[in-house]
Amino acid sequence: MYRAMLLARRTDERMWILNRQGRAAFVISCQGHEAAQVGAAYNLRPGYDYLYPYYRDFAMTTVLGQSARDHLLSLLGKKEDPNSAGRQMPGHFSSRELRIVTASAPVGVQYPQAVGSALAFRLRGEDGVVLVSGGEGSTSEGDWHEAMNFAGVRKLPVVFLVQNNAYAISVPEELQVAGSIAKRAEGYGFPGVAVDGNDVLAVYEVAKEAFGRARRGEGPTLIEAKTYRLTAHSSDDDDRRYREREEIEEWRQKDPILRFERYLFEVGLLDEEKKEEISAQIKAEIDEAVEYAEAAPFAGPEEALERVYAEA
Amino acid sequence: MAVRNLLQAIHDALEEEMRADETVMILGEDVGRAGGVFRVTEGLQEEFGPDRALDTPLAESLIVGSAIGLSVNGMRPVAEIQFADFIPPAFDQIVSEAARFYYRSNGAWNVPITIRAPYGVVPGGALYHSQSVEAYFCNTPGLKVVAPTFPKEAKGLLKSAIRDPNPVLFFEHKRCYRLLKEDVPEEDYTVPIGEAKIHREGEDITVVAYGLVLHTALEVAKKLSGEHGIEAEVVEPLTLYPLDRETILDSARKTGKFLAISEANITGSVTAEMAALVAREAFEWLDAPVMRLGAPDIPAAAFARPMMDAFVPDAALIESAMLELARY
Ligand SMILES: Cc1ncc(C[n+]2csc(CCOP(=O)(O)OP(=O)(O)O)c2C)c(N)n1
Repeated sequence: MYRAMLLARRTDERMWILNRQGRAAFVISCQGHEAAQVGAAYNLRPGYDYLYPYYRDFAMTTVLGQSARDHLLSLLGKKEDPNSAGRQMPGHFSSRELRIVTASAPVGVQYPQAVGSALAFRLRGEDGVVLVSGGEGSTSEGDWHEAMNFAGVRKLPVVFLVQNNAYAISVPEELQVAGSIAKRAEGYGFPGVAVDGNDVLAVYEVAKEAFGRARRGEGPTLIEAKTYRLTAHSSDDDDRRYREREEIEEWRQKDPILRFERYLFEVGLLDEEKKEEISAQIKAEIDEAVEYAEAAPFAGPEEALERVYAEA
Repeated sequence: MAVRNLLQAIHDALEEEMRADETVMILGEDVGRAGGVFRVTEGLQEEFGPDRALDTPLAESLIVGSAIGLSVNGMRPVAEIQFADFIPPAFDQIVSEAARFYYRSNGAWNVPITIRAPYGVVPGGALYHSQSVEAYFCNTPGLKVVAPTFPKEAKGLLKSAIRDPNPVLFFEHKRCYRLLKEDVPEEDYTVPIGEAKIHREGEDITVVAYGLVLHTALEVAKKLSGEHGIEAEVVEPLTLYPLDRETILDSARKTGKFLAISEANITGSVTAEMAALVAREAFEWLDAPVMRLGAPDIPAAAFARPMMDAFVPDAALIESAMLELARY
């Protein structure tokens, strides 16, 4: 868990550097969300359960097996990018083998799709679970409510993870969300839990319970993981227009990675030496990934015309 | 052979596909217990159970969105939009999602879904039960849009749509549901998506039409042949997107006179694409300007009969257009 969180964070940081150096056109970040994502995704069985991620779910895809190299290839839009071969912006994850379903840009569209995949598991009597994720802003969309309702009506094996980072670009939670997100689940007939999204073990625990319920045929669960995004919305956004630096500093104190690190030190699972070793490994992996991705070729212009329709 | 109308032929295609392939299922508003508001899916829930003939909540984006999710997890869903007029809430899932999954994942995820939507003017249907919305979708690569008119083609095309690895929108003209019966083969057959059909051969003019106005055009063609010796070639596109350009162009080049008819709002309709195609690719064969007939640019057919009748090109209008073209 620690390794996945750290790998996601460091890769993400490197992506911002490449962006500021003019070597990468666009970055959208998972920084601050690592605990929520890793805690939840640890319950997925890669290649069996389905994941419908949103654009911040970098750390989730890392848990499932996407490497720093995969993410760098995607960042630079190279042909080998496993998500879309350079067709989509970075952050639109996809992998058939890992059952990460191709992500879109319109907010909220993944929810009805996710309940459809959950329904397919149910129809075949399989114990697969679908994890679908989004920000708190996405809960304002009709698609979220339509999907929550249907999941409740049919008791579908789906886990809704809302990563509430208190902002939808510039619009704060108070102007976006009436009442409590977690409590809304009750109105749809299933449990909703609010959890400290910066505590990876707490998220893991509630997600484990939710996955268990889903596998036992007891239906959906909504998890609202309360967290914070430490970067601007994307590399094109200037968050100084809408939030105070002090607020970000406060949340930096609650950084989920530092927090987990302290815990691991306390229980004796990590020490300085081990930490250094992991850091060095990760740095080497990222260095290699940047070098590889920068040297990797783009798809040719003619490829833009291909794969519009699937052949029988 | 069995004598079936359009509605029955569509029902039969669904039933046969569900029998042949257990991943095929239907979902939508009232499709299960009630058998659909037009009775297209009648009896399917009795035979296949409430899971494979699934009544959904009243939520169109959910219906199409969950069909997408079903399809990527191994099912072949046929989603019904109760009336084409109510497809806008599902527009995003159709156009931005289903149509793009394959392209945006570089071929990793495809979406084998069929979306059935009854369209077209019916008496009393008025603004929200009578629209022809096909043009909204005929500008969307990754989608296939079909609109058969006769029972035989409808059955074979629906089977093709269900078996197709891509999202297919399947438009059914409500007024054609019971308009005509014909012999429909009982053995398994398909009609290929992307191929137009020539219903009537002729040397003098080409008329391309679909839906209710295709029936009208065929009647008028018969009349003109008897009364004036004018032989119209009548072509049904069957697939509206991507169009069968060859068949349309071959006919236009043969006759040199081209008319396209639909009951959709004329501006920006599918007939405009055909007109542009013929004007560009058959110009040197043409003996008359390319002509089109469609509905006036008003929101939809009105409730009161005289206003409704003014909406759809009728036999008199079609006859005068065909005569004008033939005499040009
Ligand atoms: C339908 C739609 N409307 C608007 C946008 C533009 N947009 C992209 S992200 C975003 C904010 C989403 O906020 P939230 O769901 O809270 O997620 P966060 O970015 O905070 O993680 C908006 C408005 C979009 N992508 N899709």
